[in-house]
Amino acid sequence: MSANLIPILWQATLLTLYMVFMSAVLATLIGLPLGVFLATSRRGELFSAPALNTALGLIVNATRSLPYIILIIAIMPFTRKLVGTSIGTNAAIVSLTLAAAPFIARLIETAIREVDSGLIEAARAMGATPMQIVRKVLIPEAMPGIILGLTLAVVSLIGYSAMAGTVGGGGLGDLGIRYGYQRFMPEVMLAVVVILIVLVQLVQSAGEWIAARFDKRAPRNRGR
Amino acid sequence: MTGPAISFQGVTRRYPQKGGSDVVALHDIWLDVPQGAITGIIGRSGAGKSTLLRMVNGLERPSAGKVIVNERDVGAASDASLRRIRREVGMIFQHFNLLASRTVAENIALPLEIAGEERARIAPRVTELIERVGLTAQAGRYPAELSGGQKQRVGIARALATGPRVLLSDEATSALDPDTTRQVLDLLQAINRDLGLTILLITHEMAVVRDICSHVAVIEGGRIVEAGETYAVFSKPAHPTTRSFLTGVTGVAVPQFVAGQMRDAPQAPEAEAVVQITFIGSHATDPMLARLTSERGISVNILAGAIEEIGTRPFGSLIVALPAPRLEESRRFLEEHGLLTEVLGYVG
Repeated sequence: MSANLIPILWQATLLTLYMVFMSAVLATLIGLPLGVFLATSRRGELFSAPALNTALGLIVNATRSLPYIILIIAIMPFTRKLVGTSIGTNAAIVSLTLAAAPFIARLIETAIREVDSGLIEAARAMGATPMQIVRKVLIPEAMPGIILGLTLAVVSLIGYSAMAGTVGGGGLGDLGIRYGYQRFMPEVMLAVVVILIVLVQLVQSAGEWIAARFDKRAPRNRGR
Repeated sequence: MTGPAISFQGVTRRYPQKGGSDVVALHDIWLDVPQGAITGIIGRSGAGKSTLLRMVNGLERPSAGKVIVNERDVGAASDASLRRIRREVGMIFQHFNLLASRTVAENIALPLEIAGEERARIAPRVTELIERVGLTAQAGRYPAELSGGQKQRVGIARALATGPRVLLSDEATSALDPDTTRQVLDLLQAINRDLGLTILLITHEMAVVRDICSHVAVIEGGRIVEAGETYAVFSKPAHPTTRSFLTGVTGVAVPQFVAGQMRDAPQAPEAEAVVQITFIGSHATDPMLARLTSERGISVNILAGAIEEIGTRPFGSLIVALPAPRLEESRRFLEEHGLLTEVLGYVG
């Protein structure tokens, strides 16, 4: 591989990291409250609102049933209103966020539902408000599951971000298509694939390590 | 305050069923729980004891009737005042319900954080509570690193954190082995004694009632079938459910070979009466049966018996066979000396 390709690969990697990071943060900001609400709003639950729960569930499912490439096109008018353009990195972040938020919401809902209902009862018996139960019991207890869920979401986002090239988002996927495929430079394609594999491995390992740090459920094997 | 700590006044709880008749979990419960005492509610699973206990801190609301705790109507309380009441009522659970993500000290701090206590005041209070339940060495450990008995101690410390006047115990020892159960019951008893805390516990084990409860209520099918001082209920159980719970702990059942031959009336002049004699207080150690034989010449045949302590008072039960013609004389003699007698049947 010629030396002048290295800066291009580096630029593409940074761009991918930027898109993934921004959309992961934004999608978590939407997905966390949404997931908590989905997990606590069925009939008789903390924030009992069965009709709203069903409605939000339907919206989440609808968004998740769209293939990402379709979603990019479908929300173009919305993207243009939001960031002023429907192409480029920021436009890609909008669609990546919208694709990841419902996914994250479902993952967080699942993690929250895993929390033993006895803990909710104990907190209620202490005189906790529903918000206190969420902040002090549900989220801390679900933390290992939430971290693993977010890890899964970031891995998916790295994959999705490769498609963002379609709207001129740039990044590794875009580079792979333009250089590796269209310019017949298989070594670029190979480099892109290797970088993507390494990124996913790093994210997965980091996520698992952080989740384990939060997980106090099993006794730690000291002195082994 | 001299009134009861908790008063159930005609409490009924119905669960509406889709397209059918309601399930009645509790039916017209009247029960006073005295201040500063340990009261046990005993019943089989599904008898309604859990629902009854959860009425006290408003985790369940009555369909009819009132639940008065420290002179306030819990069933009618608003959400905000209910949360205040809950801070005055601690609760411990069968499966402890500790947060796995918090250390022992952090678990105990939780109710204080919820009550909005200042951080500076939480730490000393937590230290004091950890000492109280004897877990100083475990303060920084996580629940997963503790034994069942230690977890329940954390549960107790957590329940005491906000200085409640009432402690509710939901089968707190049911998941523990006998030795650990003993230690947890001792701790509850010490807390009751030292802090004057009213304790209301539910259990399916008569041994728990025998060991620490001064008062007991027996619940069956959503109704209280018997209630009173443990001592009185144990000595003269009136309801079959109470009796069946008691046979397990007092170890006095009519032996099988006698039970098979027992009738309601004597069939022959030489028939023997089967009598249950309950020993109360200091009389338990008096050789009353020996005196019956030596002073009245009535021979007594002991069929079964056990002597235990309820609280600190000796409590014993014997099942004996006496000559039927001398039954009335024997009963008079025993009752004059403070023993309770009950004729169970006749053999022969």
